Amino acid sequence: MEIKSYISNKIPVSPSIDKVGVEERIARFQSRSIKNEAKKQGLNMVLSMIDLTTLEGKDTEGKVKQMCYKAKHLHDHFDGIPQVAAVCVYPSMVAIAKNELRNSSVKVASVATGFPSGQTSLALKLKDTKFAVEQGADEIDMVISRGKFLTGEFAYVFDEIAAVKETCGKARLKVILETGELVTLDNVRKASDIAIYAGADFIKTSTGKIQPAATMQVTYTMLMAIRDYYDETGIMVGMKPAGGISTAKLALHNLVMVKEILGTKWLSNEWFRFGASSLANDVLMQLVKIETGVYQSNDYFSID
Amino acid sequence: MKKELNDNWDYSSSLEAINHIQLKKKYNLFIDGKWIAPSKNTYFKTINPANEETLAEIASASKEDVDLAVKAARKAYTNVWSKMPASERAKYIYRIARLMQERAREFAVIESLESGKTIRESRDVDIPLACNHFFYYAGWADKLDYAFPNQKIESLGVAGQIIPWNFPLLMAAWKIAPALAAGNTVVLKPAETTSLTALKLAEIIEESGLPPGVVNIVTGFGETGAAIVNHPDINKIAFTGSTAVGKIIQKALVGTSKKVTLELGGKSANIIFEDAPIDQAVEGIVNGIFFNQGHVCCAGSRLYVQEGIAEKVIKKLKQRMESLYVGDPLDKNTDIGAINSKEQLQTIEKYLKIGLDEGTEMYQPKCTIPKKGFYCAPTLFLNVAQSSIIAQEEIFGPVLTIQTFRTVDEVIQKANNSPFGLAAGVWTDKGSRIFNLTSKLRAGVIWANCYNKFDPTSPFGGYKESGFGREGGLHGLSAYLKLS
Amino acid sequence: MSRLEVLKTYKIFIGGQFPRTESGRYYKPLDSKGKALANICLSSRKDVRNAVVAARKAFGPWSERAAFNRGQILYRIAEMLEGRQAQFVDELMRQGSSKVAATNEVNLSIDRIVYYAGWCDKYNQVLSSVNPVSSSHFNFSSLEPMGVVGVVAEQSTSLIGLVSLILPAICGGNSTVVLASEKLPLCAVTFAEVIHSSDVPAGVINILTGSPEEMAATLASHMDVNALITSNLETKLSNKLALLSVDNLKRKFDYEENWVEKDKQALHYISDLQEIKTTWHPIENVGGASSSY
Repeated sequence: MEIKSYISNKIPVSPSIDKVGVEERIARFQSRSIKNEAKKQGLNMVLSMIDLTTLEGKDTEGKVKQMCYKAKHLHDHFDGIPQVAAVCVYPSMVAIAKNELRNSSVKVASVATGFPSGQTSLALKLKDTKFAVEQGADEIDMVISRGKFLTGEFAYVFDEIAAVKETCGKARLKVILETGELVTLDNVRKASDIAIYAGADFIKTSTGKIQPAATMQVTYTMLMAIRDYYDETGIMVGMKPAGGISTAKLALHNLVMVKEILGTKWLSNEWFRFGASSLANDVLMQLVKIETGVYQSNDYFSID
Repeated sequence: MKKELNDNWDYSSSLEAINHIQLKKKYNLFIDGKWIAPSKNTYFKTINPANEETLAEIASASKEDVDLAVKAARKAYTNVWSKMPASERAKYIYRIARLMQERAREFAVIESLESGKTIRESRDVDIPLACNHFFYYAGWADKLDYAFPNQKIESLGVAGQIIPWNFPLLMAAWKIAPALAAGNTVVLKPAETTSLTALKLAEIIEESGLPPGVVNIVTGFGETGAAIVNHPDINKIAFTGSTAVGKIIQKALVGTSKKVTLELGGKSANIIFEDAPIDQAVEGIVNGIFFNQGHVCCAGSRLYVQEGIAEKVIKKLKQRMESLYVGDPLDKNTDIGAINSKEQLQTIEKYLKIGLDEGTEMYQPKCTIPKKGFYCAPTLFLNVAQSSIIAQEEIFGPVLTIQTFRTVDEVIQKANNSPFGLAAGVWTDKGSRIFNLTSKLRAGVIWANCYNKFDPTSPFGGYKESGFGREGGLHGLSAYLKLS
Repeated sequence: MSRLEVLKTYKIFIGGQFPRTESGRYYKPLDSKGKALANICLSSRKDVRNAVVAARKAFGPWSERAAFNRGQILYRIAEMLEGRQAQFVDELMRQGSSKVAATNEVNLSIDRIVYYAGWCDKYNQVLSSVNPVSSSHFNFSSLEPMGVVGVVAEQSTSLIGLVSLILPAICGGNSTVVLASEKLPLCAVTFAEVIHSSDVPAGVINILTGSPEEMAATLASHMDVNALITSNLETKLSNKLALLSVDNLKRKFDYEENWVEKDKQALHYISDLQEIKTTWHPIENVGGASSSY
């Protein structure tokens, strides 16, 4: 299939990134001390931003159903705990998840486009996307062609994203850069700009299959791309760090970053998500600790 | 999601605990290993600039007290310190470093209480660097022959050291550590607004068992400093402070054989090229001028931005300034603490007025400033001319002047067009341009794609009226040795 | 009838030119027998001013020359001096030296120039450092010349004192304004002729004759002179110059040395006139990849 040319001439010139400088900036975010009310509010926000995820070959109906229940009932022993933002599954599980989550505000996100490697034809990628959308996915998490990106075929990467975006219809498109394979922050920034200008509603760090995943340096770099695009166009783009954020502390540092770079406008699950599975319980334990003053055990918080 | 979740997520105040620190009500002079009341029995109050409350009373050393301290230092030099094997000297300095590390948090809190600097900086920058400085120089004590091959090296004797209020403990470490490593004894005077951490250091020195008289701490005002400078039995003067006072000292030393190092003022240029890593450059601008409320001799107080990128840089800088918190230095989230003293605040305000009178556009972000205490909002002056006074004189506060430039040659000339020559910053992605600039800028420290970095191994000091001699690193040793 | 000798006019040396003093004044230093040696320019404050302007102009290009090239030029000075050895010996003898002393002084001067020629591309290697800072930065310190150096030449010698002060300064990339020995000025002017013919760029060395008492104060107080070196000055004048040097924090060194001694040449005469510059740059460490596999 011939790839249709969209507006790849709109790829902007990305600024260079000095990694050591980024690390210093990160250290400043990490030195923010989030205590008391701010901590409680922050932790609740984190829960509401989680995309509970299962992306395994061994995923079954049973597994997905249980996860969907948890999405709505994080910890019923405790009042006022929000629901998560979404569940994230393979296309074949979308219909099941959608059914489980009917009558709830929890969204269903589906990976697509030959996830996780994306090493397939554009035709199949679009078919994959179309299938997920038809199954009822509210959000599509696509992967970019990292091989093409690393050989400098930026226009190809751009056009592919634009094509998937077109196929998404009403579903919101998250573009996974798989930053662990892009290696440098300059590449991360370039890929972010391509994704954003090609029409991404969200940009997302990783598939969760490759390490390192959502490091703060990477998330920072992507947030700056979103910031610059917003300053340029007034259009908001969402951000989803995925993989590697498993503690409440790290999640709060991410929120600090979002707040200080993009402002409180972005501090909602419409614009910021965490792709994580084990994060929720750590946050819950922290919340219960704040209320009770007692450190918690995993035995008291459901896995899934 | 519930609406209230994301409404105004403000960081709650997160105050550093102060109940663990030990402060006396009154501090005497540390002379000859003992705490001695000042001969004239005069004390002065030291206050917390964040709320103007009194922290302690500090002894004011007279000429006689300084004489006593010099005599103690001379005795310790002659009888003990100069005779001690260098490896033993090293061990004492190591021991001081370790004791400081153990009490780092207490030092950080006291430093913030008295100087107004944020706990984030005193905890993460000042105190660790001060400890590391002792640790670094300790190891030099028995290796001096390797530092200056083919030269005969001798210690100088008694070193008189006068330090400023902007990095109280760090400056004490910069002065004392190399002096001791090189085999000298010390009479040190901290600035009158920031005596406490030097006195706490004296307590540690006492605890370390360092022989009496090797380090003496005399507190007081300018007259105390003058008594040190003019004392006939001092062999070395090391001063960090203003260029004006530096010149007075230099004049006073004419005709004496005292060796001298001066670390003085600056008006350092921070230069941003179009191809710079822009977001890191913006961060570098912030660290360059707002670090320690701008009370930094090497502050990047003159910003030069290439015209093609100026608008963008200024926009980003303003955005970044929105997330700077000004307030209680002991709040862990404070980015800009208190101005060190009322006098300094008045000086800064004088320059703000000059800037406005010169017709320059001033920008300050919206920020809440505590009602009590001495504070100054971070300030930009835009569209500044090279001939403007605020672009020429050292303000020593969180005030940045911004000028634009077109070509490399132009900015080199403008950056060098100053009587000072302490530091400069250069931001560009192009390696060959960095080296062109770093070699042509007439300043002692050049930060390329970074700013305000310090390390015990890294020599620091200025060209021209920013002083002479280096502190830190191997080169910093020569200030405390006679080489022939 | 014996041939009439052509007498030499001794002029001053500014910016590669041999002008007469702007003041139009002269003095007549005497030889050991009390006979006038020559008419020597009694340079003025304005000559000092002009010389500093020439030195400032020369400083940039000279300091930016390749160190190897500076070494070649310094060596060339030695070659030219060797070629005019007899002339210098003769002038030293006219100024009161014995033949042996004069020959020794000229030979030592030549050898000292060769010594400093060799240092040009080495002192920075010996005195620079790479500093192992704790953060992820590459950090190094190296030497840079101070700029325009004022030199009040040693007064009791005509040549060796002059050479011993000028050479370490220019070896390190500084430019100089030199006040020659008042009583023994002949070699200074002839040395200027050697400089002129030996590829040293105009303005790097400027030599004035006259009264140091009169000119040194101008040099010491000049705001565009970065350093001042003197040798064996009487205390009163030395202190006066030190005080005048404070206004722009001129670096000042007074060497009490007998330059005729062979070992009065060393690295520290070069490094005294150098600033230490420390440069930082971040080191990117991508993904923690190390040089091992």
